[in-house]
Amino acid sequence: MEFLVDKYADKLRRAGLCENPVVGGLDDVLVWNRGADPAWTARLTPVFGRMNISGLVFGCPAEPFATILEFLAAEYPDGFAPKDTETRTFLHELPVIHEFTPKAVADVLGRRKSVIIATPSVMGIAAHGSVTPEQGFVTFSSVCFSSFVLFFSEYLRHVRAGTVSPARRTAFEAAVAHLEPMVEQGPELACGPFADREAALQAMVEAGRATVEYRLVDSYFGNISCLLNQELLISQTGSSLDELPGLIDFCPLDGSSTACLTASSELTAHSQVYAKAGGRAILHGHPRFTVILSMDCAERGQNVTCEIGKLDLCHVKCPAKRYLSGEDGGVPIVPGEVGTGPNGLANTLPAAMTGRGAAAVWGHGLFTLGNTDFNQPFQALLDIENGCRRRYFATVDAAEGRR
Amino acid sequence: MMNASEESRTGLCGTGQSLTGWTGRILSVDLSTRKIGTMELSHETYATWIGGKGLAGFLLRPQITLAWDNPFMPIIFMTGPLVGTIAPTSGRGVLMTRSPLTGTVGDSSFGGALATQLKRSGWDGVVITGQSEELVGIEIKDAEVQIVSAEPLRGLGTEAVFRALANKGSVACIGPAGENGSLLACVMVDRHHAAGRGGLGASLGAKQLKYLSVSGTGRVAVADRILLKKAREDIVRLTMASPALMGQQGFACFGTGAVFDLMDARRMMPTDNFRSTHFSDAGKVNAFAYRERYQPEKYGCKGCHIQCKKVRPGVGGGERRAMPEFETMSHFTALIGNTDMDLVLEINALLNDLGIDTIGAGATLACYREIDRQEKGHRVMDASEILELLQGMAQGPEHLGGGSRRYATAHELPWASMSVKGQELSAYDPRGAYGMALAYATSTRGGCHLRAYPISHEILRKPVATDRFTFSGKARIVKIAEDTNAVVDSLTACKFIFFAAGLEEYARAYSAVTGLETTAQDLLRAGERIYFHDRVMNGINGFSIRDDDLPMRFFSEAGSSGGGVEIKPINRKEFYQARERYYRIRGLDERGKPLREKADELGVAW
Ligand code: SF4
Ligand SMILES: [Zn+2]
Repeated sequence: MEFLVDKYADKLRRAGLCENPVVGGLDDVLVWNRGADPAWTARLTPVFGRMNISGLVFGCPAEPFATILEFLAAEYPDGFAPKDTETRTFLHELPVIHEFTPKAVADVLGRRKSVIIATPSVMGIAAHGSVTPEQGFVTFSSVCFSSFVLFFSEYLRHVRAGTVSPARRTAFEAAVAHLEPMVEQGPELACGPFADREAALQAMVEAGRATVEYRLVDSYFGNISCLLNQELLISQTGSSLDELPGLIDFCPLDGSSTACLTASSELTAHSQVYAKAGGRAILHGHPRFTVILSMDCAERGQNVTCEIGKLDLCHVKCPAKRYLSGEDGGVPIVPGEVGTGPNGLANTLPAAMTGRGAAAVWGHGLFTLGNTDFNQPFQALLDIENGCRRRYFATVDAAEGRR
Repeated sequence: MMNASEESRTGLCGTGQSLTGWTGRILSVDLSTRKIGTMELSHETYATWIGGKGLAGFLLRPQITLAWDNPFMPIIFMTGPLVGTIAPTSGRGVLMTRSPLTGTVGDSSFGGALATQLKRSGWDGVVITGQSEELVGIEIKDAEVQIVSAEPLRGLGTEAVFRALANKGSVACIGPAGENGSLLACVMVDRHHAAGRGGLGASLGAKQLKYLSVSGTGRVAVADRILLKKAREDIVRLTMASPALMGQQGFACFGTGAVFDLMDARRMMPTDNFRSTHFSDAGKVNAFAYRERYQPEKYGCKGCHIQCKKVRPGVGGGERRAMPEFETMSHFTALIGNTDMDLVLEINALLNDLGIDTIGAGATLACYREIDRQEKGHRVMDASEILELLQGMAQGPEHLGGGSRRYATAHELPWASMSVKGQELSAYDPRGAYGMALAYATSTRGGCHLRAYPISHEILRKPVATDRFTFSGKARIVKIAEDTNAVVDSLTACKFIFFAAGLEEYARAYSAVTGLETTAQDLLRAGERIYFHDRVMNGINGFSIRDDDLPMRFFSEAGSSGGGVEIKPINRKEFYQARERYYRIRGLDERGKPLREKADELGVAW
């Protein structure tokens, strides 16, 4: 347990999500991570007494998330529900409270995975798990991701409509000042074609780690695969791309074994992409500005012409041909839920990948394809995200200029 | 025939307020006096015990010290508030009484359409007491209830019963095993489903109850349809994102047999009566091989979109037959050294027809085989001998029909029974998953994988993965999972869907159905109460620490290491330490007996 609480405290720090996290794990004795602030642990210990849980994570998010959450907590005092896939599928909503007491925290965590705590002296996120502290870590990271996406999406909408409030503008400027500088060049990754399983595994581990390091996915989400002879090698469900050793499944293409029942939920999408679009390596991340632009459509919301947009079903039914660049022939955006269901992205993604070898899924993330190894898909992931980031700010600038 | 609504209303105080989710009426049938009545419980009782396992346990408690075959011992079929609504996987029910096999509480979740029909006919459940002089059936058609002679069905296999009662709606029945008092007897439901474990078929047999049939035409009232629809969407979305349920290798495609290859790959496939954990022929008899050979079709419980059952088209226009579940596939190949899939199918059909629990039968046969080898030296058991032994299990509680523990004890080789509390273990070797080891031991109904289902996180990585070779953290994880599954069996829903969804989403469905604002933690608290109540009932009947243990083999013999995995014997000291932690977390004393303070805290009668 000591190992786990320290591990996830460290991961929160390394991901740039929180500088002083507090991670608690309970079997029969409660343990906190090394260096956890005693003032916080004293306040949080009674939460364990009020709930049937095994793990609890708390922390004041780092910038720009602190600024973003402070603004959103004031804007939506009871909580909010962003439209991205991580929220819709797993978090459902992001509740907010304005008092930091064990009872208030436990009351909300009793019904949802996370709570945003916004008081005059504290801006924090608490999240829990019934199995291990990892659940709290995953949720914490998703709350940051979803809030980021909502905040920048809303700013774009308001700036276009000319309705940016002074508080929103101030928060936006502060958040932007905290954005990490853009990195243009990806690392040099192992070159393909891969001679054997071992070479392929090492290449996957390396590319997965780089995807997290370059902040192209929050650790835990995303997936990676490659095709080797008659096998598809793919990361396991719920694996973190920066911790892949031992967590890659080998799936025979003829389906003759179900030993890869633990493979990523996107196994079908990956195998269909190889079947339809060719290629030998796929990388999937959740880069933030790509996700923001994938959801940016003038036809959404009320007072619009698109019937699907009116019904708020864009993420599963968007009928339009849309591109991240806004122009025909760019990286396409397709609707689709996680997995293989009737609305699953396994139905929409493969065809979209045939042209540019890359496609975004509405509100979810980006898939990129390589012919031999991960150099091409990694650089594509980076370039497309950088392109989206530039386009985002260009759009904001243009709208502000016009106004 | 009697109209139950005109009968005297027995039981507990009705409040007169309207309920949604529950019908507020429980049917009582006394087979000795042939009296049919209605019980009404208070709203508070419903809210406290939810339904299914919880409510059945509440009704069982006053009689729990009686022998399992005492006429006053109730047999309870119970639905839950979600049954008959659009909440996903809500078509399941629970059968509960005192287990003939183990003497513990005996509850078994069953699928099919029976629970839905019961609810639609206006009943939350049926409590059956007494003992009939002749073999009878109970027939329910909405409010009409009758006890009819089933003498013409005496001795018949379940297949013939289902055929004979084809126009009676949904049917639960026993085969010859239940009639003859075999302690491995199960209750078959709607031909392809079973209330499998604990020997509950013998309980029906003791009451001379051959079957229960139900057909209902009503609708289940729901407090907030819009909220329920939203909760349903959230749950369905999560299942679609679940590789284990809906992925191309998941349960929806391959049935529960989808885990077969994985268990072998993880070196935890019980082989040769748990003497090893890897079956070299596994690839020849995996789910893919069954699919290639038999082209099974999808099938499942009412109200479920996963449809994890697989059925084989009937031969020559005959009825479709259930394909073996994972445990049956595994126990009738690896555990007994068989590689003939046709034989597995024949065994599955035979056991379903006789009304015998396939897990118990497989493990008992493996125990017999090991003892036989000890006594007579090595010899090969052929198909006809296997089938004959299985037939023998249906003859009564003697010989193999008493389960492996009785058989092994009679042969003075008790270690050869791979069971906990007398219930045979299922197809997950505990040396490959330490949470599973602890969960087998603490299960209130004996060797059961489903009470805490640690396979979810130790193997399937949901909701997150845990290290399968450590006891660290497992005591609380097992305890919370037992609470979760106790409430799942009370709502009632299917445990499989909890590979994907959680109580967070189901609390929304429950609130929408009942109108009672309830959180996930509220439900978990109810689950804790329900599971602790099991411990209290077992405690009254003398169960304690010595029963919360594993067969010796797991502490002294290694499994089959390989493929980069080492399968060591379980460290007994670490196992006992984890059990101690579990006792503290669960609110038990160091002997495993329930603590009074915990009972008071949870509102469980002492
Ligand atoms: S998943 Fe299978 S067992 Fe569960 S409710 Fe659905 S069909 Fe029944
Ligand atoms: Zn994704």
